[in-house]
Amino acid sequence: MDEVIAQALESQEYFINMGPQHPSTHGVLRLVLSLDGEIIRKVEPHIGYIHRSIEKMCEHDSYQQIVHLTDRMDYLSCHINNEAVCLAVEMGLQVEVPERVKVIRTIIGELTRLSSHQLWWGVMGMDLGAITTFLYGFRDREMITDIFEETCGARLTMNYNVPGGLMFDIHPNFQKRTKEFVTHFRKKLPEYDDLLSNNVIFRERTIGIGKLSKEDAISYGVTGPTGRASGFSCDVRKHHPYSAYDKVQFNEILRTEGDCFARYQCRIAEMWESLSIIEQLIDNIPEGPFKAPTKAVIKLPKGEWYQKVETARGEFGVYIISEGQKSPYRLKFRSPGFSNLSALDHMARGAKIADLVAIMSTIDLVIPDIDR
Amino acid sequence: MESEALKEFVLLRVPEAEISQGAQYVQAVVPSEKAHTLLSELKSNPQTSFDYLFCLTGVDWPQHMEVVYHLKSTSLNHMVVIKAKINTRENPETDTVCDIWRTAEFHEREVFDLFGITFRNHPDLRRLLLTDDWVGYPLRKDYVDNVNMIAY
Amino acid sequence: MKALYDFSYLTNAIHQWLSSFLSPNGVMITEMILVGLAFMLFFAVLGLVLVYAERKVSAFFQQRLGPMRVGKWGTAQTIADVIKLLMKEPIINKEADRFLFNLAPYIIMMAAFMAMAALPFARGLQALDFDIGILYVAAVSSLGVIGILLAGWSSNNKYSLIGAMRAGAQIISYELSVALSLLTIVVLTGSLQLSVIVESQADGWWLFKGHIPAMIAFLIFLIASTAETNRGPFDLAEAESELTAGFHTEYSGLKFAFFFLAEFANMFIVSAIGATVFLGGWMPLHIGNWEGFNAIMDYIPPIFWFFGKVSFMIFLMMWFRWTFPRLRIDQLLTLEWKYLLPINLVNILVMAFIGLVGWHF
Repeated sequence: MDEVIAQALESQEYFINMGPQHPSTHGVLRLVLSLDGEIIRKVEPHIGYIHRSIEKMCEHDSYQQIVHLTDRMDYLSCHINNEAVCLAVEMGLQVEVPERVKVIRTIIGELTRLSSHQLWWGVMGMDLGAITTFLYGFRDREMITDIFEETCGARLTMNYNVPGGLMFDIHPNFQKRTKEFVTHFRKKLPEYDDLLSNNVIFRERTIGIGKLSKEDAISYGVTGPTGRASGFSCDVRKHHPYSAYDKVQFNEILRTEGDCFARYQCRIAEMWESLSIIEQLIDNIPEGPFKAPTKAVIKLPKGEWYQKVETARGEFGVYIISEGQKSPYRLKFRSPGFSNLSALDHMARGAKIADLVAIMSTIDLVIPDIDR
Repeated sequence: MESEALKEFVLLRVPEAEISQGAQYVQAVVPSEKAHTLLSELKSNPQTSFDYLFCLTGVDWPQHMEVVYHLKSTSLNHMVVIKAKINTRENPETDTVCDIWRTAEFHEREVFDLFGITFRNHPDLRRLLLTDDWVGYPLRKDYVDNVNMIAY
Repeated sequence: MKALYDFSYLTNAIHQWLSSFLSPNGVMITEMILVGLAFMLFFAVLGLVLVYAERKVSAFFQQRLGPMRVGKWGTAQTIADVIKLLMKEPIINKEADRFLFNLAPYIIMMAAFMAMAALPFARGLQALDFDIGILYVAAVSSLGVIGILLAGWSSNNKYSLIGAMRAGAQIISYELSVALSLLTIVVLTGSLQLSVIVESQADGWWLFKGHIPAMIAFLIFLIASTAETNRGPFDLAEAESELTAGFHTEYSGLKFAFFFLAEFANMFIVSAIGATVFLGGWMPLHIGNWEGFNAIMDYIPPIFWFFGKVSFMIFLMMWFRWTFPRLRIDQLLTLEWKYLLPINLVNILVMAFIGLVGWHF
């Protein structure tokens, strides 16, 4: 009799395809979930649905062209991606870019980070079922994209950097509008806390969910706010300062809990830091040229360079191997999302489907960044 | 650890390593057979403790293949580049480093996918970005794709 | 004009007019058909109004305008949506159990229809006045879960099935809290008949007359009824970010519209019950001895009072939905079984004590 009951009650693992079209995978990520009821036994990411082989394309493009391809990877940190390639090429050419360029790059980089985090915040709320946050996030992001549009004509894929400097100088309104934005957003950021951070349901849904220890974070190469929430000090801006980050005061946000809520708080705190970085620099943009003179056809000498920068998602690396031609021999993009995604299985095992959604949104995946 | 000490550290373990000072990091080209031992030593030795593998990629050279490991120590804050040289372009093979750094699992799958380098002892070596029935390894220099032309 | 305050004038007039040329059986059948038609019409209008209201309310919560293009302030937007939904191709996936798949939306609609029948809209405007009105409404409104389970099962889609199972667990659990919180008031009224409950509030609403236990019961009712209608923050059965659309993932066109309509109808029904039991139904707001004030309140017809209170309840539910994140399934069940239910049981005891001692007003 007991056997019959045991047999009747025996549960079976089953599989679910989450994606490639699914509202919370934010693009064309496909996760194959092994489930036991609602509990996740295994997550197997299948990526590559938006793989465009950018690295192969780079092997045939000039260095100026490569910059434009990087926009299409992590489109939310487009400026920072551009900057990484430009910095790598400048390092190879041994060009010293003007101070003005460094400061402008830093300001726009921080604005990019803010806009990315705002979008993430909105989407995070939406993933957890609070749709209103999405619109609030977009409301403030709109001001930043307006500044970008005025600066370089594009709102998302900006292409503002070129090897040696910037494509053109900032708009006369840039400083005024950025300051307006900073004062506006300093008032609005506490609203984010009111709406989501202090909400009981939100805290219940995120605290203690998707834990990642510091050792695992390092071993999986999880960087950015996701890694820092686990206590992995990996802020490239602090450890390997580039552009004007060595001239500004800011804190590296570190937390030790490593759960979804810590990752959430990390990003919120980073927004405050970004605002303070912008405030320190916006009135101190040095005069000077907006571009160091470079040749029309850039040929890097034989050698190899690795440049890492801190995008909104983590450590973005550009590895250029040059054989002295006008195109790189091999170019590798180390995208933060790729490594962060690899830890998803580890974080999500034993959680519920609803937790997986929370974990995914706190990792802040951008699929083109993963697939390249 | 200073770069001189690092060079000595590597040379002591792999005498045939070709060590050079790159633009940024110490680079060591080692034969692929000895790469795994060296890398696990670099990770476990408290003098080096390279616990963070921040980039793993392959390079296709005319005569050989390379797997490039960019390592960083989060505690000691130094970096090194190890290149495992595989002396063949036909069925290149090397050992996996999944057991040393977990992040290598995905990166090695990507390298396998795009370069065709087989990683021995990898737990789950399948194509990652491309479809399972894809023919060829796109990031190799001799890869020809008549449908999606990108060379000009 | 009198009919606006007491609908029995109108219904009696119709009854007499029909009796003048029909046999008693004929009158009964004709009246049934008329009532049925009236409810269908009401259903359609309700759907149109509530969908528009939800879109506008959510828009204002989200600092945007909502539908603005079709008609003045987008008022015709829902009509355009209905036309779109009617013209859509009804897709049934190949592996679905066709009979059950088609049956499910009708069961859900039916449950909503049946519950609607017992609601007292105004004085003399109530299709069925049972002596077990509350019990009937509570029983019938939870029939809808059968439709949800069928929809999830017959779709042959794992997302639908998970959604349906969640809905099953959720609705059966929260049904308890809804019923018990209503019973808290029934302790005072001594009757399950909805019209009697409304009449008993002529001198004040139970929410105020019943002291703190009534307020606790009202809060529990608000939470539990939101959960029972599968609305945010308890919309786990649909949970669009987890299960794409939950139990109605595979539905399209008119059948999807039925699910959609049933959700709004259910929201209306629970709000109406809440308004009837706690907020005095169609009874106007009276404050003690303020004769002038009470006279003005009496001047507003009961039907407006009823719909005003229901709108307030619906607005509260929309407010919840557009503010809170969604709960997880285990948290949802914990909330019910570990918190709401014990509080509710104690609350009934306290209320029974108050009723016995006669401390209520």
